[in-house]
Amino acid sequence: MAIAEAEIDRKALFETIVRLGDNTLILGHRVSEWCGHAPVLEEDIALANVALDLIGQTQLWLGLAAEIEGKGRSADDLAYLRDAPAFRNVLLVERPNGDFGQTLMRQFLFDAWHLPMLEALQGSADERIADIARKATKEVTYHLERSSDLVIRLGDGTEESHARMQAALDDQWTYAGEFFVADDADTSMAEAGIAPAPASLKPAWDATVDAVLKEATLERPSGTFVHKGGRQGRHTEHLGHLLAEMQFLQRAYPGAKW
Amino acid sequence: MHPETGQIWKWLGEIPDPEIPVISLTDLGIIRDVHWDEDTLVVKVSPTYSGCPATAMINLDIASALKGRGVEKLRLERQLSPPWTTDWISAEGREKLRAFGIAPPGTVEAERIRKLAGEPPLPVTCPRCGSQDTEEVSRFGSTPCKAAWRCKACLEPFDRFKCI
Repeated sequence: MAIAEAEIDRKALFETIVRLGDNTLILGHRVSEWCGHAPVLEEDIALANVALDLIGQTQLWLGLAAEIEGKGRSADDLAYLRDAPAFRNVLLVERPNGDFGQTLMRQFLFDAWHLPMLEALQGSADERIADIARKATKEVTYHLERSSDLVIRLGDGTEESHARMQAALDDQWTYAGEFFVADDADTSMAEAGIAPAPASLKPAWDATVDAVLKEATLERPSGTFVHKGGRQGRHTEHLGHLLAEMQFLQRAYPGAKW
Repeated sequence: MHPETGQIWKWLGEIPDPEIPVISLTDLGIIRDVHWDEDTLVVKVSPTYSGCPATAMINLDIASALKGRGVEKLRLERQLSPPWTTDWISAEGREKLRAFGIAPPGTVEAERIRKLAGEPPLPVTCPRCGSQDTEEVSRFGSTPCKAAWRCKACLEPFDRFKCI
């Protein structure tokens, strides 16, 4: 019985860390698609740097997940050799980039969750998780400052930029609630003090979102419907296309190295 | 007999940062510990940013420099915690950055206290003309560790080391 329980916990632990790593991997890949296409050079560089931070964090999370799994897989194996149903990211991060405003709004909605999540993980009962969270918090604090600043500037900008930011918010709103919906793995990890209960992050997220939207003169949508399933491996059609591009090289030339 | 750790630190202090070669790895504050584990030299290195592409290059540079000095067995360990902070950049390193045209970072604690007190961040001094009439152009610059700024007095753009 004790062994069986330990086994379940290890699965939930693996699941939790893969979810963290898949969020940063898929969003990092999406954001990197802007490289060379952003509206101004400074933003091109900023987007590439945010993507780089997220991919760097992915290496830490998926490296730890692979270690915990103990089946000889590496972070690269997890990134490049899993199929869509094995990915555990929230649906929000796999959504196509859209225009610059949509990319930024998605980033802001994500950052506003990511920062309090990492701050809570700094107190994780698993020191390896706390160490990664402490490292990533520094980078993500900066991401949230940037995305908040730009959402405010564009929301409270021209008639055109305001309309686009409101449309971006309305469009992504139904995807932002997935962060806060718990399943058995979340409950098990919260009870063990390894990760926060998803719903416990909602007040901090609401506070940031409300404050920034107010200053951006944007209206918070009233709808409560939530698209979910990504964290359990049920994805939109967009993830497969993203993986086809991201994984092509390792699939076509297994084991290829730089 | 293997070399004393003090000597190893000196050798590490001669290795330039691959992206900002005016400062050394020890100036940057990323070398956290050097010790001998029997006949193996252990060097603990903290990454600056999780995804900084210079990390692999830094490890390679350390390994080749120490091999060149006759260190046979070397183990490089990544130390994530406590996370690297720009507060670990040495005073000498800060002066080298400024002379090279990069505004050095402030201190994390000072910035944090000002933020809590609701005060604006300390002004950033232009590394070229010394004016404090400067503004941020972009949150990110040419590398993950820098932001893009410009001086409104001498009109020159410059990089600023982010304070993290």
